[in-house]
Amino acid sequence: MKELLSSSTYFGVLISLMGYGLGLILKRKFKKTIFNPLLVSIIFVMSALLVLGVDYESYNSGAKYLSYFLTPATVCLAIPLYQQLELLKGNYRAILGGIVSGALASFVSVFALAKLFGLNHEQYVTLLPKSITTAIGMGVSQELGGIVTITVAVIIITGVLGNIMAELVCKLFRIEEPVAKGIALGTSSHAIGTVKAMELGEVEGAMSSLAIAVTGLVTVLGASFFANLM
Amino acid sequence: MKYIKQFGIILAVSFVGELLKYFIHLPIPASIYGLVIMLLLLATKIIRIEQVKDTGSYLLEIMPIMFIPAAVGLITMWDELKSLWLPLSIITILTTVIVMVTAGRVTQFIIRMEKRRKE
Repeated sequence: MKELLSSSTYFGVLISLMGYGLGLILKRKFKKTIFNPLLVSIIFVMSALLVLGVDYESYNSGAKYLSYFLTPATVCLAIPLYQQLELLKGNYRAILGGIVSGALASFVSVFALAKLFGLNHEQYVTLLPKSITTAIGMGVSQELGGIVTITVAVIIITGVLGNIMAELVCKLFRIEEPVAKGIALGTSSHAIGTVKAMELGEVEGAMSSLAIAVTGLVTVLGASFFANLM
Repeated sequence: MKYIKQFGIILAVSFVGELLKYFIHLPIPASIYGLVIMLLLLATKIIRIEQVKDTGSYLLEIMPIMFIPAAVGLITMWDELKSLWLPLSIITILTTVIVMVTAGRVTQFIIRMEKRRKE
């Protein structure tokens, strides 16, 4: 059984889809934020791999075909963004202001908390690019001398957390404007947060897509300055 | 035919993104170059939205499941994470909320300020 599953091309994709399907069912049934389909599917697949004794390499030899579509899908984020181009033009000051302050808040809060927990320089720069999309974050971490695998882990966890907490945070802090919700998600939790933004609405999704690219750029520009502070 | 053409355009833009990544030595992934190129092509009407919309919507709809393999990969990183898990968890949760609130509130503040000014 274990060998059969490990050698299967479709097992990885199928079990991922099953996990996501289960997440959707739980969400519909219990209507609770914690039953986030992405979170449920991640936990489901991890548990299934552990129970069935299939290692990650074998799982990913099939599941990597899901990751293959990430680049073309990200390219397609331009479509909702294009449809909201007028809104973007009309609100560009607010959008840029929001993204730049968000990126700064990320640097400052990582710096302050790293100091508080007594992290060393290597650990600190590993966390600096935590809010941006994985591929940019890996590059930034590498350039600053961080531990790239931990950066990747923290980026993914940040995305999933943003996706799960978005609705609650927007409610608690009264972020009501659709444009502001989108910027909040894209700036704090990159593409994984953007998936949630698209669920919230077209404007939210478009603004979140824009924020992924701009936050990435601002972080590339600002990270080396903040890296020298510790 | 429709889906083949649309997928072809999307993949072509992704490929140009890869070329840019190869020639420009910045930590920017092909997908971000591709996003900007696609936006420019649409804004200049070189590509009409109907030429990519159906396949594009499909890819965006299934996008959440594309993150599952990478996230499941966290199980292979546990050995590296376990010595730092507590500070990492606290920092990750706090900064995510701080960034979300800052970006959202500042954007909303400026939008509402500009609205008031217009009235």
